[in-house]
Amino acid sequence: MTTETEITLTPVSLDEIKHLISERAIQGETVLLNMGPQHPSTHGVLRLLLELDGEEVVNCIPDVGFLHTGIEKNMEAKTYEKAAVMTDRLDYLNNLGNNLAYCMAIEKLADLDVPPRAQAIRVILTELQRISSHLVWLGTHALDMAAMSVFLYCFREREIILDIFEMCSGQRMMTTFFRPGGLWRDVPADFEAAVRKFIKLFPERVNEYERLLTKNPLFLRRTKGIGVLKPETALQYGVTGPMLRASGIAHDLRKAQPYSGYDQYDFDIPTFTDGDTYARYLVRVEEMRQSLRIVEQALNKLPLGPVRSNNRKYVPPPRSEIGVSMEALIHHFKLWTEGFTPPKGSVYVGVESPRGELGVYLESDGGPKPYRVHWRTPSFTNMQILPIIAKGHLVADLVVLIGTVDIVLGDVDR
Amino acid sequence: MGVEQKLGNMGVVTVKLEELVNWSRTNAMWPMLFGLACCAIEMMATQASNYDLSRFGMELMRASPRQSDLMIVAGRVTRKMAPVLRRLYDQMPDPKWVISMGDCASCGGVFNNYAIVQGVDEVVPVDVYVAGCPPRPEALIHGIVTLYEKVKGERIKDWA
Ligand code: SF4
Repeated sequence: MTTETEITLTPVSLDEIKHLISERAIQGETVLLNMGPQHPSTHGVLRLLLELDGEEVVNCIPDVGFLHTGIEKNMEAKTYEKAAVMTDRLDYLNNLGNNLAYCMAIEKLADLDVPPRAQAIRVILTELQRISSHLVWLGTHALDMAAMSVFLYCFREREIILDIFEMCSGQRMMTTFFRPGGLWRDVPADFEAAVRKFIKLFPERVNEYERLLTKNPLFLRRTKGIGVLKPETALQYGVTGPMLRASGIAHDLRKAQPYSGYDQYDFDIPTFTDGDTYARYLVRVEEMRQSLRIVEQALNKLPLGPVRSNNRKYVPPPRSEIGVSMEALIHHFKLWTEGFTPPKGSVYVGVESPRGELGVYLESDGGPKPYRVHWRTPSFTNMQILPIIAKGHLVADLVVLIGTVDIVLGDVDR
Repeated sequence: MGVEQKLGNMGVVTVKLEELVNWSRTNAMWPMLFGLACCAIEMMATQASNYDLSRFGMELMRASPRQSDLMIVAGRVTRKMAPVLRRLYDQMPDPKWVISMGDCASCGGVFNNYAIVQGVDEVVPVDVYVAGCPPRPEALIHGIVTLYEKVKGERIKDWA
């Protein structure tokens, strides 16, 4: 056990938070209440300081950092290849999406090509990841409103997706399957059959969730008109993803700046104009369907060929080559002892994660380790909106509102 | 188990107190609903349909530490979270057990840096460590069953 001084909580004085709360709280007319960091509906370790007038939320002040992992700093201490392992742990519902953003940044920096087969598999897997992330969201969001069965159904389907990931990479969540220049390896032979099975079964399952919720009067009472977000406010705060699309702005990076060959696929961006919790629910459910459409198209068009770039300065040679080629052996040795060294410069790459724009800024000084890695994470930006949409609602609705923003604390705190 | 085998069915069962208490503790252990990071998602998966933790008497996750016997530390513990974790542990009534789920909680995992407590055993005493990043639901269940074995071996004279 460490020293006792390390594990004491320091109380916060009223002076420290004076600028965050209203005059009335200081005069004792409203109540200050702590919520979290251990609370079943904060979806992790979010702490909120609430100022309440009776049941009504006057002010809501998020306190983040309970999951600050130092990922950005830690990535700078590792070589580019090794740092990829950290990206999975950022937004742990969108592991492959984080891999994708990071790999794309390196590819842009080093001008590395990615074979078409790898591109298509990347799209299939990230879209499956999007579905699984939305499933976790839907399950927990419904659970917050005490609808336990939706949670159980959602996790049932999520397991199928995780089985597909496991089949490809050997891990359920932290796959690190995407590598700079392609994939870790090709997908196994029964991958296509497994995904086809999922494509066949999933539409009916989405309908099943919708039957449980979409017209459910209790669900409607809890979500309709709750937490209305105006499009102007959303833009001012840099909100992206389903939050923005539910407020009527059809912005999606997959359409706005297509990457990984998203322009070859035909899909819609679901948009609703109400901007309330219910609209956000509809957007996400519809997104699951659209993702499935993309997966199906990508699978139909899946080209054959290599899954890794042939650029030996960045991508290790296949095992079979090492035995016969001296050059391959040297490349292999160089890559695994020193790592690759992209040219000097900085890049920013954004991808559409299930929560919004996930961006990575990478700066290279020409060495084998990144000089600076910065993540622009959607949860962090989207969470700023929570105090605004929570104002004037009841405490019970706050639980729903935390759910509807769809924050992942690993993504917020990094 | 005891005298009823000799005397026939009298509607009573005799049993050693130690065994009875330990048996009831293992079959209705209430974990605290307490997720920290990625591992918590696997903990939720363990609760959900495919793995169904209620087979082990754990369908009820309590949100309050005062009502729970088991703390599953699922995820990385940061320096900011450690005091909170300790306070939650102190609030749990005795007897209480701790499972450290995942590499991060057990030893810091891939994060050897300024922000992460290198093993939750620096803050609270741990009974069972579950390895993996994240551990599969089966691994967590195995950890829970291992804890049950430990609880079954507890002796009356050790109860303080
Ligand atoms: S052990 Fe792995 S999965 Fe678990 S919290 Fe740590 S990084 Fe996340």
